[in-house]
Amino acid sequence: MRGVEGLHGAIRRFFDSDLWYSFTRSKVTVLAALVTLAFILAAIFAPLIAPHDPFDPASLDLMDAFTPPAWYPEGTTEFLLGTDDQGRDLLSTILYGSRISLFVGFASMLFAMVVGVSLGLISGYIGGPIDAVLMRIADVQISFPAILIAMLVDGVARGILPTQRHEALAIWVMVFSIGISNWVHFARTVRGSTMVEKNKEYVQAARVIGRSRPTIMFQHILPNVMGPVLVIATIGLAVAILTEATLSYLGVGVPPTKPSLGTLIRIGQSFLFAGEWWIVIFPGAALATLVLAVNLLGDWLRDALNPKLR
Amino acid sequence: MSKKSIILAALLVFLLTVPAGAKTLRFAFQGDVKSMDPYSLNETFQLGFLGNIYEGLIRRGPNLEIEPCLAERWEILEPTRWRFYLRKGVKFHDGTPFTADDVIFSAQRVRHKNSDLKTRLSDKVKVVKVDDYTVDFITPVPNPILHVEWGTWHIMSKSWCEKHNATIPESATGESENYATRHANGTGPFKLVSHEPGVKTIAVVNPHWWDSSKEHNVTKVIFTPIASDATRVAALLSGQVDMAYPIPVQDMKRIERHPDCRMLVGPELRTIFFGMDQFRDELLYSNVKGKNPFKDKRVRQAFYQAIDIEAIKKKVMRGLSQPSAMMIAPGIIGWSPKFKRLPYDPEASKRLLAEAGYPHGFEVTLDCPNDRYVNDEAICLAVVSMLAKVGVKVNLLAQPKAKFFPKILAPKLDTSFYLLGWTPSSFDSWNVLYNLHNCPSESGAGKFNIGGYCNPKVDELTAKILSETDQAKRLKLIEEAWTITINDIAYIPLHQQALAWGVRNHVNLKQRPDNVFSWRHVVIK
Repeated sequence: MRGVEGLHGAIRRFFDSDLWYSFTRSKVTVLAALVTLAFILAAIFAPLIAPHDPFDPASLDLMDAFTPPAWYPEGTTEFLLGTDDQGRDLLSTILYGSRISLFVGFASMLFAMVVGVSLGLISGYIGGPIDAVLMRIADVQISFPAILIAMLVDGVARGILPTQRHEALAIWVMVFSIGISNWVHFARTVRGSTMVEKNKEYVQAARVIGRSRPTIMFQHILPNVMGPVLVIATIGLAVAILTEATLSYLGVGVPPTKPSLGTLIRIGQSFLFAGEWWIVIFPGAALATLVLAVNLLGDWLRDALNPKLR
Repeated sequence: MSKKSIILAALLVFLLTVPAGAKTLRFAFQGDVKSMDPYSLNETFQLGFLGNIYEGLIRRGPNLEIEPCLAERWEILEPTRWRFYLRKGVKFHDGTPFTADDVIFSAQRVRHKNSDLKTRLSDKVKVVKVDDYTVDFITPVPNPILHVEWGTWHIMSKSWCEKHNATIPESATGESENYATRHANGTGPFKLVSHEPGVKTIAVVNPHWWDSSKEHNVTKVIFTPIASDATRVAALLSGQVDMAYPIPVQDMKRIERHPDCRMLVGPELRTIFFGMDQFRDELLYSNVKGKNPFKDKRVRQAFYQAIDIEAIKKKVMRGLSQPSAMMIAPGIIGWSPKFKRLPYDPEASKRLLAEAGYPHGFEVTLDCPNDRYVNDEAICLAVVSMLAKVGVKVNLLAQPKAKFFPKILAPKLDTSFYLLGWTPSSFDSWNVLYNLHNCPSESGAGKFNIGGYCNPKVDELTAKILSETDQAKRLKLIEEAWTITINDIAYIPLHQQALAWGVRNHVNLKQRPDNVFSWRHVVIK
């Protein structure tokens, strides 16, 4: 019972908070949140709402290829947004494709966060040579563009894994390669905040009563440095989605039988000159909308959590 | 403005307008010439390009007919002894005269172990100088098609190679190069001026060319490799190049609609096909363990009949392909309209799979290039979904050719199901039977028979075809061999893709069915 009350209390506290107040005040942010939510729901329930299953090759008919959107005379309502070069329904492919994009985005961002926050905490709290080594590694890595590191990791994985296994693991390789290229931002931010927090009284108090280092780091300091981490995570999500799209666009990401948004744009661009614009425009618009919405959310969160702007 | 500068300006205008007689041909291709050495790489574009600078004893005309070139004529003294009479008064670009010594030298050089064109002339053939303008070729067994591949065996100058220390060919895929890699000295209608790898190659007309029936009026040729399809099309449309190939099928309409451009299309001699592993006891990358479904003809036929070739023609190739029942194109010696494709019939296909013991299909990986043939990856993707409809789950592995070829070709042969294309450089069935249908052996037979199809009867016929000198009998043997391999379903032939050249209207040229661009037919208005 107490748990339920605690939860109710937490929800009430949330709706009473400054954060919620500033959220409701900004129409753009509410819209962005709704769009993001719609994308996430559409992605989760894609198998239920998509009219076709584009990942099942048996359901495709090549004769449906290059059908224009429904409002064209040659279009049919069966394919609302038209089809691509293999006869895949674009609407369904975008739904399934954003599933991959969002999954890779969230998973790689989580991965980057766990790695980055842990290393940041250790670096900031323990300091000394460990801090120096970790931060030099971070410095080196930050001088490389993230996409380059992701491609490098993907390439190495392709070299190590036998091709057949790589096919099955392609998405996890992507999550890892994008995640590993983005941990630095988390680590640097958390390290900075930790160095500030570790000299505060509550940390000293915890140390005095003899709590262990990991407990102090993860139970006492961590909750107090999570604010900026949330901001980075939101913006990092948008970056991760874009990186996934770029990798797939370059043809090194997911296998061609499981197209993500980036793959669709790559396929579509060769038909742009031929007038079959819908293959590239719709996935492109979906990708842009999703990334814009997530970015706007991130922007708002940054402003809302910034004490100077409050 | 001073008087001086007006004169200077007038002079400049004069100088700029003077070369009115100069006709420059600018063209683009998707890849580059890898080396200027004519024995460095056995590839259509490479050899076709060098064929404008170098020449062979014979050459091929616009319809691939054999024409005398550096050899004025030849005769078969005995079935195993051919005599070639060389053209007199021909000079290499550096001014040295062309003689029998150059032919003997080139015969040695082309058979060196570094040469990629060793197949042009067997090691067992003796080349004998009779006099300065007569050469005999002595073969161990009669070979009626001895000279048919010599259109791309380009003759090099002995003294030039010796002078520049280039008597040994360097492979284009290797690391090292020699003088002949970036310089050329042929007898052909054009002289190489400069070759900047990946940037451009410039040639000028050879004013001392021997051929008095010269039809071209080109004085200078600038070749630019443009890898990106979109850029190549844009360069043609904007007039930066006069000719570009290949043009992607989806962009052809756009070029046709342009008032100053036209499309030249025609069937290419290359046949695209699927190969299946028939020699392993267990397929690679499959869920069938302990046996190989492709050893069963019914399974091969099921795959064949599951492929809707008309749909591929209409949607993937946009009408620009010629579905094929044979592993050779019309125009290759031995082609016959007698052979018909098995009909597209998924029901029959399912039945065959069930009969063979795979009522629920099975799983196999398809190796496919994604930058080699016209819409190769799209063809493979389409076939994946067609096979899925009869229950076969195909995992597609589409890779760039740089990774694809080393994986599937000998010695690795790391594939059990693959897409490939083949053009016989001799334009004769023997080449296809020997390379793709003979049981693979140390002798070089079946070198590209990746699936290991093996029928001793075909081997026997192939050997007979090589040495049969009576044309009618030979054609009969060829037909017999094709009947066996087609009946065995050794391969699943798909189609011949179309040649697709985009040309500006002020340029007249001839399109050869083997996709070779011969500058000696170009007339610029």
